[in-house]
Amino acid sequence: MTIIDKPADVPAPRSGGEKSGRLLDVKDLHVEFHTRDGVVKAVNGVNYSVDAGETLAVLGESGSGKSVTAQAIMGILDMPPGKIPQGEIVFRGQDMLKMSNEERRKVRGRKIAMIFQDALSSLNPVLSVGYQLGEMFRVHEGMSRKQSKAKAVELMDRVKIPAAKERVNDYPHQFSGGMRQRIMIAMALALEPDLIIADEPTTALDVTVQAQVMDLLAELQREYNMGLILITHDLGVVADVADKIAVMYAGRIVETAPVHELYKRPAHPYTRGLLDSIPRLDQKGSELYAIKGLPPNLLKIPSGCAFNPRCPKAQDICRTEVPPLVPVTERDGTDLAGRGSACHFWKETIHG
Amino acid sequence: MGRYVARRLLQMIPVFIGTTLLIFLMVNALPGDPVKALWGDKPPDPAQVAQIKHDRGLDLPLWEQYLHYMKGLFQGDFGNTIAGNRPILDEITQAFPVSMRLAAMAWTFELVVGITLGVIAGVRRGRIIDTTVTFFTLIVISVPIFVFGLGFQLIFGNELGWVKPTVQDSESFQQLMLPALVLGLVGLAYVARLTRTSIKENRSADYIRTAVAKGLPRRRIISRHLLRNSLIPVVTYLGTDIGALMGGAVITEGIFNVSGVGNLLYLGISRREGAVIVGIVTVLVIVYLLASLLVDLLYAVLDPRIRYA
Amino acid sequence: MPDLMKSPAADEPEVALAPPSGKAAEAGEVGGARSLWGDAWRDLRRRPLFVISGLLILLVLLVSAFPGLFTSADPGSGDLTNNFLGSPQLGHFFQDDWFGYDRQGRSIYARVVFGARNSVMVGLGVTLLVTVFGGLVGMLAGYFGGFWDSLLSRITDVFFGIPFLLGAMVVLNAFTDRDVWVITGALAFLGWTQIARVMRGAVITTKHADYVMAAKALGAGTKRILFRHVLPNAVAPVIVVATIALGTYIVAESTLSYLGLGFASDAVSWGADISDATQDIRNNPHTLIFPAGMLSITVLAFIMLGDAVREALDPKLR
Repeated sequence: MTIIDKPADVPAPRSGGEKSGRLLDVKDLHVEFHTRDGVVKAVNGVNYSVDAGETLAVLGESGSGKSVTAQAIMGILDMPPGKIPQGEIVFRGQDMLKMSNEERRKVRGRKIAMIFQDALSSLNPVLSVGYQLGEMFRVHEGMSRKQSKAKAVELMDRVKIPAAKERVNDYPHQFSGGMRQRIMIAMALALEPDLIIADEPTTALDVTVQAQVMDLLAELQREYNMGLILITHDLGVVADVADKIAVMYAGRIVETAPVHELYKRPAHPYTRGLLDSIPRLDQKGSELYAIKGLPPNLLKIPSGCAFNPRCPKAQDICRTEVPPLVPVTERDGTDLAGRGSACHFWKETIHG
Repeated sequence: MGRYVARRLLQMIPVFIGTTLLIFLMVNALPGDPVKALWGDKPPDPAQVAQIKHDRGLDLPLWEQYLHYMKGLFQGDFGNTIAGNRPILDEITQAFPVSMRLAAMAWTFELVVGITLGVIAGVRRGRIIDTTVTFFTLIVISVPIFVFGLGFQLIFGNELGWVKPTVQDSESFQQLMLPALVLGLVGLAYVARLTRTSIKENRSADYIRTAVAKGLPRRRIISRHLLRNSLIPVVTYLGTDIGALMGGAVITEGIFNVSGVGNLLYLGISRREGAVIVGIVTVLVIVYLLASLLVDLLYAVLDPRIRYA
Repeated sequence: MPDLMKSPAADEPEVALAPPSGKAAEAGEVGGARSLWGDAWRDLRRRPLFVISGLLILLVLLVSAFPGLFTSADPGSGDLTNNFLGSPQLGHFFQDDWFGYDRQGRSIYARVVFGARNSVMVGLGVTLLVTVFGGLVGMLAGYFGGFWDSLLSRITDVFFGIPFLLGAMVVLNAFTDRDVWVITGALAFLGWTQIARVMRGAVITTKHADYVMAAKALGAGTKRILFRHVLPNAVAPVIVVATIALGTYIVAESTLSYLGLGFASDAVSWGADISDATQDIRNNPHTLIFPAGMLSITVLAFIMLGDAVREALDPKLR
């Protein structure tokens, strides 16, 4: 989608010039879960890509498939019951779904790392944070216990945990929520991966801490020129850090756009609804907007456009035909780079 | 930490007194008379019965008997047997090392085989190996242990001749093998079940997902991340089982003719030698209480979230 | 039960989780009652393990209630000419010689059929008693906390400190005519601690649940909170443990019989027959295999039922 040209003289830190260009290409990815109640179609043909140094925000309600997509990329889906019947996940030109388990394992943590939402439950309660951080170096780089401990301290320093040296042997429950999330970030950064997937990294944190953690993440991303996939349901978080946005609904991408354009002119009624439901100070007194209805049941996704039962603009065609993700243009037909919408009435939405 | 241990030791006192009192009452308040039993089927001589009872303090009220008994206990006097008039302490010190050896073997067996089977079954959930292990543990729990004991004795001892059918030398590691296996069998099944359930519960934990996302090899995820967390409930079981194995091998010791605590207990019960039963139970309760304290302290080592204040 | 110290099934996960440091609270985590049981039931119906064990239990209950339906032979008297006669005639379904004859020429099939009642009654009776009594103690200790908890928990500890089978042996040795009631009473007297501990842990967990807090905030009385809100939600782990324990009580009865402390010798029971048969194990193993097999299958059915219910109730295990 967007291609960010890098001047050749900007040195990518450490790993040389390798860290540029297209990192990840997700092509027509489908994920389903086979449960006793039927087949849950969690992801239904997702396409997106991330370049080095780029931040893609994936936006959606819970159940939109945004986290499942990320887990599929990471290769940490529980299979079974999960199944990937179709699609490709191309990382640096190689389809990871065709790799052996061992090859994939070596990519995990080293090339692609993940930050989870709830750091307290995501860190092992019975191992010290120093051990858990150092484990990355011991497993992937064969370092000794002592070396890895030193590296762990270094990492904790880098994510600005005070008194790292004294705290390296502490356990996760002894840290505050914000500090724990920094430890998660440090763990993801340990081997300076090409791509980081952050799944709602700040949702579980206090509002005051959220900004600090987000800033830290953005700063480190710039420093290492990493690709970042930021999964969130919070439009506020996205605006400052993301380059481009993909909005997901019922396992599909319904709109893609560079970040500021999306805020200015959404091209899908769902995105518009999301934006309208942000409380605004200048509209004090008026009723808060909410998208009516409930997120779809993934066992029984509505026919046609999955959003049609909740859409204020829905017509007959919306109930029968699935709208493809089409490029969005200006009124006169000029290309809008990186923009796409999966709505039969995108024209009316963006220009009307 | 020190304070915690002190408090726990203090808490043990009422439990210790309560348990010994309870078994004392059970032994003495129930119908039946050990002194009259000395005469077997013949009619006892009332004068002699009264004399023996008086000599032993058995004609005193129960609470006085208990106080006397406890007083003696603290001076290392467990009393004498009614039949034979031997010091009970001697009998206990003779029997305990044998039972301890047997229990240690059975316990090791439970620990090693039980945990191994549990881990394999838990990790390979739903596969054939899981079903096999689960089925095996269910069978072991459902079949009365004396059936196993007698069956193994018959098959391995008498028919195949791999081992001696009964234990001649209670110091022989080899001869104790089969009894230890039988003794540890049920515990092994419980350890395996417990480990399996625990592993199954923990393997969907968030931190396991993190470990996978870190690109750790499967072996490491299981041994470093999954096992440690899953073993916490198993440790409780194994801890309290030490005492259980030591004192409780009545069936096993009977079948294989091991002269340990279990045999002593059986004789004590059938001859209604109250003092023998109470004496052994007293020692067992101490072992049990200390073992559960040990387990609690071990918890803090396994799980850093637990703090003792 | 090899070990006198072991209370049957005292070692099931729920209990083992219980002892130190409020960890008990985690033992019986249970969500909303109705949806929980509804979900569990839907899940259970599809489990072959549950269906098989359920059918087996129904069959055993039927045999215990109406043994006459299954055989016309008299289990008590035998024809000595049939002494060990003939190995089992496995083709002769439901006939007297189906499982062969024992030392006194009694039909083993008839004895297995008529022996079911005593074993099953002991199992059911002990379970009923320990569930009511242990459940009550655990509920009071867990709900009221403080002094009552300390007192009741110490009493529980005292009983728990006495090895289960050893205690039962001491009690039973005092009685000469041991019938169902004596044996049931002796086992229940020593077995209730396990349920009490599980119940206490479950109640403590439930007590702090938001919906109980909400009920309190709305001004519901203690009785109402206890019986309407806490109990229905705390009862799941108790049911699981009790079902599994039922099986182990049946095994305990047979072990006591083996030690000569089970049913009086003229009673027909699996335990008595199994211990009787141990003398003939070498040359006539069929005298052992059939009663032991029936007993084990029954016990197995209860344990499998408990396991299935546990897995259905615990979403983490699904």
